[in-house]
Amino acid sequence: MTLPPVSEPAEAQKTDAAQATVAAQDVTLRRVHTTGGGGDRILPTWLRYVAPVVVGGLILLLWSLYVASGAAPRMLPSPAEIGAEFVLRWDIIAEDMLVTATNALVGLIAGSLLAVLLAGLAAAARPVDGMLAPLVAALAVIPIVAITPILNTMFGASSQFGRQAVAMIAAFIPVFVNVLRGFRQTRPVHRDLLRASAATRSQTFRLLTLPTALPYLLTGLRIAASLAVIAALVAEYFGGPADGIGTAIATYAKSGRAALAWAYVVGGIIIGLVFFLVTSLLERLATRRSPV
Amino acid sequence: MTLRHAQGPEDGQEPADGTTLRHAQGPEGGTGELAVRATGVGKVFPTKTAEITALTDVELEVAAGEFVSLIGPSGCGKSTLLRLIADLDQATSGELEIFGKPARRARIDQDYGVAFQQAGLLPWRTVAANIALPLEVHGTARPERAARVAELAELVGLSDFIDRYPDQLSGGMQQRVAIARALATRPRLLLMDEPFGALDEMTREYLQSELARIAAETGAAVVFVTHSIPEAVFLSDRVVVMSPRPGRITDVIVTGLGEARDETLREAPEYFERVTAVREALHGTHVERANER
Repeated sequence: MTLPPVSEPAEAQKTDAAQATVAAQDVTLRRVHTTGGGGDRILPTWLRYVAPVVVGGLILLLWSLYVASGAAPRMLPSPAEIGAEFVLRWDIIAEDMLVTATNALVGLIAGSLLAVLLAGLAAAARPVDGMLAPLVAALAVIPIVAITPILNTMFGASSQFGRQAVAMIAAFIPVFVNVLRGFRQTRPVHRDLLRASAATRSQTFRLLTLPTALPYLLTGLRIAASLAVIAALVAEYFGGPADGIGTAIATYAKSGRAALAWAYVVGGIIIGLVFFLVTSLLERLATRRSPV
Repeated sequence: MTLRHAQGPEDGQEPADGTTLRHAQGPEGGTGELAVRATGVGKVFPTKTAEITALTDVELEVAAGEFVSLIGPSGCGKSTLLRLIADLDQATSGELEIFGKPARRARIDQDYGVAFQQAGLLPWRTVAANIALPLEVHGTARPERAARVAELAELVGLSDFIDRYPDQLSGGMQQRVAIARALATRPRLLLMDEPFGALDEMTREYLQSELARIAAETGAAVVFVTHSIPEAVFLSDRVVVMSPRPGRITDVIVTGLGEARDETLREAPEYFERVTAVREALHGTHVERANER
């Protein structure tokens, strides 16, 4: 990998050093902050966990009172009713959750792999980047679910492939954009070091470029995870096989079984939360050692 | 162009081409093998509007085992020269040989180790894994790598910190890791670009003594870029003085301070004399000393 020509190498290095110093100070400040055991501006640990629970409980209480007063629309049952329905119908809800979650996961993995591959090519060769950039921009502006009816008809009513493809396209964009950025974050001093160590291109990629891009990949993955779930779920509203959370919500909403429809919504929330939490955890693990 | 000779062994030497001294080195310079040999080296950076001459007509020879500092104001091309020697940039004119080979060959053969002003450690690797990086690139077997890492950590005094991550180390410690990493493949030449430039004065002096010891122990030649006159004098056998616009070598000062690089040297009168000589060479005029007023 060659460096762009720098007219004043000494100056460039100096500014780099200044940035490094600022970064180092930043690290020190952060560390002081966390060892402060909560500090004065941050809420005590127990309150940070209890506060959202209290707020959530309060909302549920108000909701219940509203429904009990009789002023609520018929399609809005009380939280207790929804909970009861969720427990009662857990068997079928879980089955549909599995379908939707699988579609989202397949789309997420396939989309991410494709994104990393293409971002790698784009980072390695400028012409590829030039070819892909407008394509990705075009993909990013189409509401992906808009093409779902076409895909569903294309692959038939018995295939999940159309839904998976929609999830894949939805997941592809944030991963591609982030990873491509990540691949370009290698620092000049590190590139010099690898070059001075006579590293080959593939060694440089494995030892420097990929680890540097990892936090970016996982940030992209976290964003993509939520999008993949939403895309997989919404895709079910536009035909395809008669299973999945989205299909169930649509069906029960139309037939007026409000509590069951809402119970399925709870199932959808759970899928989204699991995807989000797992990818957030991965992201946190990867960014533990942020560049010095 | 005047040459200011410190009382080196070859005081009566004639200037080779009016700008540089060749083989100004004392006893150990006579081994015949040269670590670095630059003849008529120049570097031009093309820009949109004009070409910037970063270096012109550099003649420099560094003997095996010799410690040479490059000093000069910003933009004098000292870092550029180091980057050319390291084959991180290519010279636009002239010839550059490292141990008799072209710079590119020397880089691929790992004939030199390099350390920059920023330690440049990989933050996701432990100290041990950072030191081992060049060995890993070179395909050294794991057990051998571990043994070498232990040896190097001992050499730079970081044996207790081998499992730490770079962000858990002070700036001085990070720089020591960088030096250990530069030494990993047992190079006969060390290239250092202001490695202590971002450190505080106390850490700096300590690491200078450490580097002098390490250079003596390993017998490696060192090309050392610095802004600091005392640092250059303390460490070097020869100090190469450079000047900007265009970047060139204007003077070479032989320190002739002998083998010992310890704290007593920092107070020695001959040390201060060389500091004055380098300062005069940098400013191009006689610097009046307090006791001469």
